[in-house]
Parts: sequence; structure tokens; C-alpha cells
Amino acid sequence: MNVITKKILKHWQLYLVIALPFAFLITFNYIPMLGVQIAFRDYNPVQGIWHSNWSGWKQFDFFFSSPYFGPIIKNTLRVSIYSLIVGTLSAIFLAIALNEIKNRRFKRTVQMVTYMPYFISTVVLVGLMDIILSPTAGLYGQIGRLLGIDSLPDIMGSPNAFPSLYAWSGVWQETGYGAVLYLAALSGVNPELYEAARIDGASRIQKVFRIDLPAIQPTIIVLFILSIGGLLGIGFEKVFLLQNILNQSTSEIISTYVYKVGLVDANYSFSVAVGLFNSVIGFVLIMISNFMAKRLTESSLF
Amino acid sequence: MNTSAIREPRGDRLFLLFLYIILSLIGISIAYPLIYILSSSFSSSNAVLSGDVWLWPVHPTLSGYKAVLLYPSIGTGYINSAVYTVLGTILSVSLTIMMAYPLSRKTFYGRRFFIWILLFAMLFSGGLIPYYLVVKSLGMINTMWSIIVPSAFNVFSVLVAKTFFQQNIPDELYEAAQIDGCSDIRFLLKMVIPLSKPVIAVLVLWSAVGSWNSYFNALIFLNHDDLYPLQLILRQILVLNNVNMQSMNLSPEMYQQFEDMKNLLKYSVIIVTSVPVLFLYPLAQKYFVQGVMIGSVKE
Repeated sequence: MNVITKKILKHWQLYLVIALPFAFLITFNYIPMLGVQIAFRDYNPVQGIWHSNWSGWKQFDFFFSSPYFGPIIKNTLRVSIYSLIVGTLSAIFLAIALNEIKNRRFKRTVQMVTYMPYFISTVVLVGLMDIILSPTAGLYGQIGRLLGIDSLPDIMGSPNAFPSLYAWSGVWQETGYGAVLYLAALSGVNPELYEAARIDGASRIQKVFRIDLPAIQPTIIVLFILSIGGLLGIGFEKVFLLQNILNQSTSEIISTYVYKVGLVDANYSFSVAVGLFNSVIGFVLIMISNFMAKRLTESSLF
Repeated sequence: MNTSAIREPRGDRLFLLFLYIILSLIGISIAYPLIYILSSSFSSSNAVLSGDVWLWPVHPTLSGYKAVLLYPSIGTGYINSAVYTVLGTILSVSLTIMMAYPLSRKTFYGRRFFIWILLFAMLFSGGLIPYYLVVKSLGMINTMWSIIVPSAFNVFSVLVAKTFFQQNIPDELYEAAQIDGCSDIRFLLKMVIPLSKPVIAVLVLWSAVGSWNSYFNALIFLNHDDLYPLQLILRQILVLNNVNMQSMNLSPEMYQQFEDMKNLLKYSVIIVTSVPVLFLYPLAQKYFVQGVMIGSVKE
């Protein structure tokens, strides 16, 4: 009996324990990966994934030459870059501001309030926006009437407003939560640094720029680079709910398009091709950003 | 040294004042929409429609909440969501622990291979349609299992639990247990799980809040109203503006009454569905933050 078998047999119970979750991982993460071959076949349900006729790169040619190709890539990037930038900046701002506050009760209250929206579901968030931004009823309409404006533009149905709606509702919901990591980094700053700065006559603002920001700079860089990897993987849930016929020209992103073409129009092969394109680019972006994070900051995802 | 005795320069005090003002404004702008919805839900339908509600309920009434009780799909959705959340959380947390425990053990041969497989699943996915076809071929479409089973395994949770086990269960403890003849499974049940209550709390909360709030799997896998979780019912009411009164079998005068309440339904239903999660909030706040911290530390 060789060494490896011995090692395995000695801890056979560990393999027993991991078997079930491993089966889940294979079934719901790896078997779907085999399904991407549909992109290269003319899928029909009778012949199935393994026996439908090969069609080569046809679906990809369709996608690259379709009039939707440019706009949905642009929309995806616009929404995700915009929300990444405003999201990161507001989380940093909140963390630094809270860090300056010495009144514990005030600090805790602000933190409690800013975390709260994180626990609200996406459906409720979008429902809330619908109610509040309604030009007839709703706060927006109320304020408009107060100012004597008769016909307010419909924000929820405006293509120009969509990226801002997406990004700023994210700021409203996630800034408190996003600030947590930065606050932790700030709490690790050596208090002697502040004291030395104080003795040297540094103002509070100078301390923010000379001590706080450099202290959280590695965290900022790592989180920022790593989120570049996720730019194309922007979530379906909120965009889908915010989307309507009026704002479709800016709100159609890759994941909503994949859903519509695939599950609504049942054009499986084409939908898988678009999805595969998205997964491959996403994979490459993550590898690049991880490499960059490793190079620049010596920390990385894996 | 008593630092507060030193008077701060004027510029610093102004800066601090500015921060207090800004933070108060941020706090208000986050809380105000929620207060507005809460107050509207207790106001009369007319007051809400004519825009009289600003801060406090106007002509207080409970008719918004009566509408919630009258509208049958909300009750069904509530029960469905509760079932999905409880079963989904039990399954998900069990799977997470069962995967994370062997991976945290240095004596586990093939550990690197399993970790590699796990990480790759986080980086690459087959996409929507292949995922859908797998669930379909398992015969889960239009059953409650489609909501509970496919999303139960979560790579990120496994990594968090694994990191926690590695940091908090010393190897010496395991070696001592082994000398006493404790098997791997017994060690998991008697030592690892009792010692890992904080991370289990994090996993339970993540999973519970996540499944209570999600709608995507239900959207793609279910098309019977009876099986819909609360979030899909909410989507009909809040986002699609689709309140189905035919299904309610109301008498004509009740019908008229409900027509009035319908406007309030949107407000009250937001409150009613968010309450269970906000109830967990104090706990959640503590443990979510802990979870983020564990997740951010690598090996």
C-alpha cells in the first residue's frame, strides 16, 4: 500500500464529509460549464446538449454583428464603472468622516442608520424609488408642486437618468456597509502618529491627507483593482427591476439581454453564446486585475 | 495627559463642525425615505395621494394593513418565503461547514486540488441557460426545491468558514483529540462546531437575509403563483403595479373599499416585508461586520 492511499484511508471520514457539498459544487457549478457547448450547436430540446448539430461560431458572428452588441457592452460598462467610482468614493468619505468623530453615541447612531438599507431587498428598494420619484404622488411630485412646477419629467423612465439612479441608489443602500473595511484599516493606525502630527502642529485636514489616506491606500487599491475584475459581472437583479420600455436604451446590459434572449424568447444557443462571451471576458479581467493587485500591492484574491 | 484640555485651533473646530453637519445630513437622507414610507403606510389614502404626508402620518388609519391582510397572495408569499428561508439556510450552512472543515485541515490529502476547484467556480460560470437546464433536468422546475437546492452552495461562505476554522481551531487541539482516539467526524461535531458559533452566526444571517431578499431563482424557475416567495409578489405590487383583484372573491362593497386601500397597500407591504429582517438587525449588524472582516483576511 503506498503512502498516498494510506494518508487518504487514515482520514477517510473527511472525504465522506466533503462528498455532499462537493456533489453540489459539481452539479450546479461545473455541469453548467459543460453546457456552454450549446453556444456552438443549434440547440434543440429533442437532441439535447450533447447531440444537437454543430454550428461553429455562427452565434458569435450574430452577436458581434447585431445592432445590440455595441450598446449593451457600453451600457454595462457605463453603469458598472459609474457605480464603482461613486460607491468607492462615498465609502471612503464616510469612513474617514466617522473616524474623526470622537462622540461615540453620535458615531454609533450614524453607523447604525447607514447600515440599515443594506438589509432591504432589491425589490423593496426599487419599489421605494418608484414611490418616492413618482411625478404625480411621491416626494418628488410633492416637492415639485410645492415649488409650483406643473409637469415634472419622469425620472424612472428617463434613459439619461438610469445610470445615476442605479449608482446613487447603490450609494444609499451600500455605503454604510462598504465603509466597514476602511474603518477597520483606519482603526489599525498607530495613535502615536496622530500625536506626533499634533505636536508638529498639523491640522485635522492635514492629518486626514497625511495619515488617514495613506493608511487606507492599500485597502483602496486592492478593493478597487479587484472590482475591475467584476465590471462585466454586474448584477442582474436591480437593473432588471429598474428597467422599463422607456429607459431600455441605457438600461439593457449583458445579463438582462441574456435573460431575455434565452428564457423569454427561448433562443438558447444565442443566449449561451452571449453569456459565454461575458464569462470569458470576465475571467480574463479577473486574472488581469488579480495579477495587477499582486504586483502593485502584494495582496490578491488568490 | 488630558488632551481635551487643549483647545483645538479654530480651523480644526470648523472642520469638525462641517463633519458633524455632513454626517447628520447623510444620516437624514438615508433615514428619511424609510420614515416617509412608514408614515405614509399609516396615513389615509387621500392624504397620501394628495401629497400631504411629509413626516408624520396624516389622518392615521390602519387600512393599508387591512389591505395586506385582505390580499391573499401576500400571506401565501410570506409562508413560502419563510419555508424557503428556513430550509435553504439549514441546507446552505450545513454544506458550507461540511466543505470548509476538510479544507481547513492540513492533514487532508488533496486539499489544494479541492481549493483550486472551489476557486475556479468563483471565477468562471456556465451562465444562465446551462444552469437553468441542469435544474430542469433534475425535475425541479416549478417545485420549492428549485429555490432551496441550486443556490444552497456558496463559494464565498466556504472561504470565510475555512479561514475562521484555520485561525481559531489550533492544530494542537486536533492532535490531542486524535491521540485520545477522536475521529474526524466526532471532532467536527464536538469541537469545531461548538467553537465556531460566531462564524456560524455569520453564515446563518448571510444565508437567511440573502434568501429572504432574493427573487431571481423564483423568477426563472417558478410560474405558479402559489409557490411564489414574497419578493415576487412584491415585484407585482410595487414594480409592475399589478394588483390582481379578481382572485380575491370580494363582495361588491368590499371591492370598492379595497380599491381605496390599494394605494396604501404599496406602503404597508414594504413595511410588513422588511420587518422580519429589521428584527434581526441588531444581531445582523454585529455579525455581518465580523463576517466582512473574516472574509478579508487571507490564509
